[in-house]
Amino acid sequence: MTTSGITHRVTRTAILLALMLFAVVPLLSMFTTALAEPGSTPQGLSWPSDPHWHNFVDAWSAANFVALFRSSTIIVLGVVPATVAMATAAGYALAQLNVPFGKAIYGLLLVGLTLPFEALITPLYYDLQSMGLLGTRLAIILPLIGLLMPFGVFWMRAHFLGAEPALTEAAKVDGANTWQTFRRIHLPLATSAWSALAVLFFLASWNQYLLPLVLVDDPTKRTVAGGLGAFQGQYGTDIVLLCAGSLLIILPSLVIFLIFQRNFLKALMQGAVK
Amino acid sequence: MRSISSPPVMRQASSMTGPSGAPAATQPAVPRPIPPRTRHWSALLWIAPAFGMYAVFVLYPMLQSVQYSFYDWDGIGPATPAGLDNWKAIFTQPELLHSVEHAFILIIFYTILPVGLGLIAASFIRELRPGAFSTTARVVLFVPQVLPLVAAGIAWTWMYSSDGLVNQVLRAVGLDRHARAWLGDFTFALPAVGVIGVWVMLGFCTVLLLAGIGKIDPALYEAARLDGAGRISEFFAVTLPGLRRELVVCTTFTMIAALASFDVVQIATQGGPGYQTMVPGVEIYRLTFLQQHVGQASALAVFLAALVLLIIWPIQRLGREK
Repeated sequence: MTTSGITHRVTRTAILLALMLFAVVPLLSMFTTALAEPGSTPQGLSWPSDPHWHNFVDAWSAANFVALFRSSTIIVLGVVPATVAMATAAGYALAQLNVPFGKAIYGLLLVGLTLPFEALITPLYYDLQSMGLLGTRLAIILPLIGLLMPFGVFWMRAHFLGAEPALTEAAKVDGANTWQTFRRIHLPLATSAWSALAVLFFLASWNQYLLPLVLVDDPTKRTVAGGLGAFQGQYGTDIVLLCAGSLLIILPSLVIFLIFQRNFLKALMQGAVK
Repeated sequence: MRSISSPPVMRQASSMTGPSGAPAATQPAVPRPIPPRTRHWSALLWIAPAFGMYAVFVLYPMLQSVQYSFYDWDGIGPATPAGLDNWKAIFTQPELLHSVEHAFILIIFYTILPVGLGLIAASFIRELRPGAFSTTARVVLFVPQVLPLVAAGIAWTWMYSSDGLVNQVLRAVGLDRHARAWLGDFTFALPAVGVIGVWVMLGFCTVLLLAGIGKIDPALYEAARLDGAGRISEFFAVTLPGLRRELVVCTTFTMIAALASFDVVQIATQGGPGYQTMVPGVEIYRLTFLQQHVGQASALAVFLAALVLLIIWPIQRLGREK
């Protein structure tokens, strides 16, 4: 190996390690802070001589985590299966069936891909108020289904565009109707596409902050992220408890990602650049 | 989740296209006789639920926003027509204008830096032998993208606080006089918020660009090497041109995040100190829910939506050109 080759390898490793450090340091700082003496203000990154693991228990009850996780789960279950199912059906139709005005419908949906949630939050608030849903979980679930839909349809349509036409033909020769062709042939083949979409939608719902903040007053009826916002408002000055609570709250997202990271990164790599 | 074997992904499908209408019909999926009429219209049923939810909770509110933007309304009493006042205010009231400026400044942090650093990280990771280090690098860099932005805001608020890690490091290396409460500093608050954006977006860009590099024909690299290209010229001659579609996706995604930022700013600074970190997203929230200026908030909301569309659309076209 030449000298310049070694220099390059050292630089490369150093830069990558520096970037990785940048990525984890805020979380490490939170972790050591979460173990500090309750009520104290420790240094940014310092291992406490006497780690207070009990802080996590205190944060658990202070933030009413059981209620928060339960609420988030209800919201995720309300949003994800429905949105994935609707987006899969629409994506299939737009890609494989001869839909009247299909192009116009898809064009309208694509506009929604770039729409910031903030641009809609004001009218949504008054609409949900007049529907009498303000303050309920439906006030988060229903708009979220609509807001996530453009991406879902876009994602699933791209998948079904790549479906093998010969399969559809073969099914037709066997006398299958549209539904049977979809249900027996294309849906099973689309498992990787819709399951990746489901993980993305899980994260989007679980991490959703703006809608719960505005549409639901009671933190225990919000998503975890919305509850975390409220927790920060309440315990903003108690940095130890805040760090412990935040870590508890991000744990599920982190675990889901680490479990699925292989599939997740792969799906993202393949999906995003369709 | 079931094992995700490489899905029959649609290489032939077009790259992510903007609202200009995708090439829906350029590639008729199935050569078939025109279906009977009944079946033809029944295809709408497949789309109805998705489009219905979208129409009720996205399209209709968007139209309402446009309508509200021409009124003065406190959200409770009667609305009075305001003509173009709310729209003029966006360009004349410094506070609103600044929020839009800040959104553009955030593009440097949300888009330019992560894409640049992501390119470096991705080309380095590509050179590594597949193994523990390359996987770890990918996963570790991606973690911030998975967490709620609220958590990113809280973590960094602590990093930047008087006793936080940033100041601790400065003191440790003898730069005590530069230590400060970063998010409360009139000069540094906005860049400090921006760095949070770098933190969140870097992994996303890296992973996506890495995927793109993986798709570049290795023969191109070999040819470049045979031509005696060094690492740098190889990067500009092979890697960069081969990544155009991935670059477009990264740019699109991160620019929307920059222009429409809300969570991080709301948690970290709420727009302060003064209006130093105010962004349109937070301003819309404040105008509607704290100041009851629904008309003004709606004008800014429509403006923001249009702005995002106008900026993203040309970028998407760039990605589709051959």
